[in-house]
Amino acid sequence: MLVKGAGISFDLSEDHLMIQDMVRKFAEKEVSPGAGERDRSMEFPRDICSKLGELGLMGVNTPTEYGGAGMDSISYAIIIEELSRACASTGVVAAVQNTLAQLPLYRFGTEELKRKYLPDLAAGKKIGAYCLTEPSSGSDAGSLQTMAQKNGDFYFLNGQKLFVTNGMAADFFIVYATIDKSKGNKGISAFVVERTFPGFKIVRKEEMLGVRASGTAQIAFENCRVPVSNLIGEEGDGFKIALTTLDSGRISIASQAVGIAQGAYDAALKYSKERSQFGKTISNFQFVQEMLVDMITYIEAARLLVYRSSYLKDKGVPFSKEASMAKYFASTMSEKATSHALQIHGGYGYTKDYPVERFYRDARVTEIYEGTTEVQKMVIARNILGG
Amino acid sequence: MRIVVLVKQVPDTAAQIQIKPDGSGIVEEGLKYILNPYDEFAVEEAVRLKEKISSSELFVLTVGLERTKEILRTCIAVGADQAVLILEEGEPLDPFSTAELLAKKIESLHPDLILSGKQAADDDMAYIGGAVAQRLNFPFVSVVTQVEILENGKKAKIKRQIEGGEEIIEVDLPCVLSAQKGLNEPRYPSLAGMMKAKKKEIEVIKAADLVPDIRKFARTKLERLQPVPVRPAGKILQGSPEKMVKDLVRFLKDEEKVI
Repeated sequence: MLVKGAGISFDLSEDHLMIQDMVRKFAEKEVSPGAGERDRSMEFPRDICSKLGELGLMGVNTPTEYGGAGMDSISYAIIIEELSRACASTGVVAAVQNTLAQLPLYRFGTEELKRKYLPDLAAGKKIGAYCLTEPSSGSDAGSLQTMAQKNGDFYFLNGQKLFVTNGMAADFFIVYATIDKSKGNKGISAFVVERTFPGFKIVRKEEMLGVRASGTAQIAFENCRVPVSNLIGEEGDGFKIALTTLDSGRISIASQAVGIAQGAYDAALKYSKERSQFGKTISNFQFVQEMLVDMITYIEAARLLVYRSSYLKDKGVPFSKEASMAKYFASTMSEKATSHALQIHGGYGYTKDYPVERFYRDARVTEIYEGTTEVQKMVIARNILGG
Repeated sequence: MRIVVLVKQVPDTAAQIQIKPDGSGIVEEGLKYILNPYDEFAVEEAVRLKEKISSSELFVLTVGLERTKEILRTCIAVGADQAVLILEEGEPLDPFSTAELLAKKIESLHPDLILSGKQAADDDMAYIGGAVAQRLNFPFVSVVTQVEILENGKKAKIKRQIEGGEEIIEVDLPCVLSAQKGLNEPRYPSLAGMMKAKKKEIEVIKAADLVPDIRKFARTKLERLQPVPVRPAGKILQGSPEKMVKDLVRFLKDEEKVI
């Protein structure tokens, strides 16, 4: 017999609401006030990272025995959304720290690596980054060129990595390199590299359109010496580790996209009720109303996709297709929603006197990193068509 | 040192409050409830004292409904050791009865220090701290902005803001203090704190089991709530300056009767 309302729930639990409440307050008071200035100066939010660490927000899904909070994926999605609503840079910095830098370790690392690196990352005492993309290897991650050659107790890394979020500030880097190019994907291996290892070099800080305070760097390895104990998993496990990490990373960026759109919507709604033209506030005009209505409807739809993919991940069932759907939908939605928010602000929206131009620039990258929109579509297509 | 903090759950200060048509209370549907903001300062101060003074124990105490447990969890998440809910699900109590219930429970806790917010953000009564102090025959210092425990916990040095300056008071313990904004910057609950709070058992005592016939203690009765009357729109005088002045004088003299 069918019971009304059974089997599906759209309510966040009391725990989730408590987390949301805490992070929202924290973001409003501690993250939002400096967001515009950090966007201009490109200064990495190092102090905020420490505070996030103290609150447990830098190791949300990391197991408690390694200093994490051991929370579920929905809690994590809520946290990244709320941070991004105030500052997209802080959102992606926390996302990289939480997922890209720690998931490869707690899912695939040896006990020694977990004990060595996770507690400081989860506490926000050290910053982590993730090096996959290269000058000639983006969506086609399997074509990466960085080499790792074993010699005695060390691997020696040579190559270049691009668009390394957190790179300018990071202490530890998850680095993908191949031990044998002829093996293709099966040659790719993952390592933990410390900034202080000989042969590690920051080439430059990337100057970008958005997420400008994310400390995004270009990095070079010149005979960089990495102890063999810093190999994550086995030689050749790298591609699998990268794909597993990116599935979860897509939930991060989808959450970030929802947060950015929500922040832009909040600003546009407020502005529409304050700005008067033709003798009444612009919220009275149907064209403005239509933009607000589209924004909030799409935001809510995107958020539900994010929650659903998180829910599947927590349940321990495949969620790759759903994470790609959430990421594809939320990022394209976010670009449109932030554009509407800017439009509602008119000329003022185009200036740095209002935060919407920042939201607009920040939203754009959600369609690119952690797999472009086109890659998400490819993942979804493979899932529904097979092959 | 044993510290008790008295807390209250109040509607979110950002919420639009609506009064029920019969004036018996406010419309509660859809309202979000929070820990009274002034109580946050009291809780934070207690946590800081606990961290400073070894082997301290921190209790939070409230009178409320089942849902009031939410704020007790928040208090545990930021550092309270024990939480007690005095459950009263009937009509809201008058503040005198609430103070009686709190005092009754406090007696069994033998505290050295009692803290509360200077007032609740919902009714702004600023009553409970003083009433509890009176009932327990403890000294009471209100609207405090700094607390320092002296002489092995026998006295406290208190700062409070007054018009144009600060008052510095020495007070014997046990005492009751009410917290003013500026006392400290309350911390955020951590995820680990929240998990601790979730596992912690909250002691629930029925009001009737603590003080039978609590309602006979009432000294005040809420007659009704009414909305603030809407301010009538201003009058704009028109015409020549001479006419406007004449109209204004007549208005002030005959209608408003102020000259």
